[in-house]
Amino acid sequence: MTKDENWEFWLYIAGQTPKSILALENITKYSKAHLKAKYIIEVIDLLKTPQLAEDDQIFAIPTLVRKAPKPLKKIIGDLSNKEKVLMGLNIHSNTAANEK
Amino acid sequence: MKQGNNVFPKTPTGIAGLDEITGGGFPKGRPTLICGSAGSGKTILAIQFLIKGITEYDEPGVFMSFEESAKDLTQNVRSLGFDLEKLMAQKKLKIDYVRVERSEIQETGEYDLEGLFIRLNHAIDSIGAKRVVLDTIESLFSGLTNTGILRSEIRRLFQWLKEKGVTAVITGERGDTTLTRQGLEEYVSDCVILLDFRVIEQIATRRLRIVKYRGSTHGTNEYPFLIDENGVSVLPITSLKLEHTTSTEIISTGVPGLDKLFNAGGYFRGNSTLVTGSAGTAKTILAAYFALNSCKRNERVLYFSFEESPNQLIRNMLSVGINLKPYIKSKLLLIHSSRPSLHGLEMHLLSLHKHIREFKPHTIIIDPISDLITIGSKGEVRAMLARLMDMLKMHRITSLFTSLNDEQSLNYNGISEEAISSLVDTWIRVRNEETGGDRIRSLYIVKSRGMGHSSEIRDFIVTDRGIKIMDVDSSKKQRQRAPEKAETFSGNGAKHKL
Repeated sequence: MTKDENWEFWLYIAGQTPKSILALENITKYSKAHLKAKYIIEVIDLLKTPQLAEDDQIFAIPTLVRKAPKPLKKIIGDLSNKEKVLMGLNIHSNTAANEK
Repeated sequence: MKQGNNVFPKTPTGIAGLDEITGGGFPKGRPTLICGSAGSGKTILAIQFLIKGITEYDEPGVFMSFEESAKDLTQNVRSLGFDLEKLMAQKKLKIDYVRVERSEIQETGEYDLEGLFIRLNHAIDSIGAKRVVLDTIESLFSGLTNTGILRSEIRRLFQWLKEKGVTAVITGERGDTTLTRQGLEEYVSDCVILLDFRVIEQIATRRLRIVKYRGSTHGTNEYPFLIDENGVSVLPITSLKLEHTTSTEIISTGVPGLDKLFNAGGYFRGNSTLVTGSAGTAKTILAAYFALNSCKRNERVLYFSFEESPNQLIRNMLSVGINLKPYIKSKLLLIHSSRPSLHGLEMHLLSLHKHIREFKPHTIIIDPISDLITIGSKGEVRAMLARLMDMLKMHRITSLFTSLNDEQSLNYNGISEEAISSLVDTWIRVRNEETGGDRIRSLYIVKSRGMGHSSEIRDFIVTDRGIKIMDVDSSKKQRQRAPEKAETFSGNGAKHKL
């Protein structure tokens, strides 16, 4: 994948629970560190829009969906395991290596 | 939720037979677990519970599927006559397919299944659902790795369903040592139903058992059930209850001369009669007389013929002067032919039950019942016969069974003629004797409950105008001359063993 691609994440939550807040903090942190400015994080609160859960096949909360680039990827949980999240989202850019 | 008399309210399933053995249906507002191996009919039972809820009790339903998409599900149950699309369009049914694909999902850190709760809640509220099916929630375990979270969340889900007040059916795959692979039975404490699918001697039989039903009496037996073009039906007969009401009305056998052998001049309505004899002793003809006479009384007759097709039976009976055709046309007589080897014993019983329920006959004829006896084990046959008799008595149906046996041995498959005959009220034996180059037909009444009967052995002849029972004197005379000069009918005796 090229560096010019835009990343789009949808984070599904159900109210401001500690797990959801943590997940948002984590994905924001990883994105800042590895994706520079080319990312969008959309937070979807299913308590407000329950009808959206079916479309993205959401059953666990929190769930992070990588909408772009394709293909669609899903990670469930508070995203506390950084390595796993980066791998799951296919973010193993140079920056990840340079950080150390 | 409890009523004053401490009985849990119930939600009728609308499934034939199931409401009877559960004493009214599933526990209202609570989850019921239906478990069974793959292909045992869990999904069909569950979806029928929803559909009957919509069509018969005006209770909308949500089907949350973890295995099949709405499209597949719709297609699969169409053959059972269920039109899901229509119900969905009417906003009576909502199908939500939860796809759990391990390859698409990563897990990291803490999560819960709130998303599932929200989806379910949204689906329930969107149509005002009263019934919910989760099929099969255990699929979550194959898609997700954190079983600790799953277990506590499923426990929470069942609790949530109760609070929501919906009557839920949860299906679960049978485990090796447990009822369900993930031990869901631990969480569902109200009602657990086990489905079983067995193949014995190439014949498949489905069975249903209520493992537990808290706060309710229920049948504890295994009940055979059937999945056919109308969905699921369960055979509810428990045991011979002997509580049925009896009739004192006397009706005629229709056989000239036979009525006179009973002191009351006929037999009781609702009676069961067994006609036994070897091949070619005119058992079917006697059966046809019974059928004909019922038709003449303007009472419906259901004739199960296991050896002859309807047309064959009609033709053969016409040759002895019994014309059944007009009654077929006027729908008083229904002849149902099938090969006994086609189904297992229980399936036959269930099919009998179904036909009886649909046709509502006053009289049924099973010709011959011995064909059914050869296809099951001894215990099964006994149980089946008892159930059959019970069912007939309950519906106050007059019945006649013919039974083929050898002159020499009265045994078939370990079941003696006596064993069957103890269940019936009247037992008539027909036989052929060979004396002096002639074959002489005779019959006598072995027993007849509740009325005196003649102990004479009466000779009879079969002519193209039917059966003629001789009186005692002419019986003696007949033995001195060539009998049955006029007999044209003889084809019935040829028995075809498969």
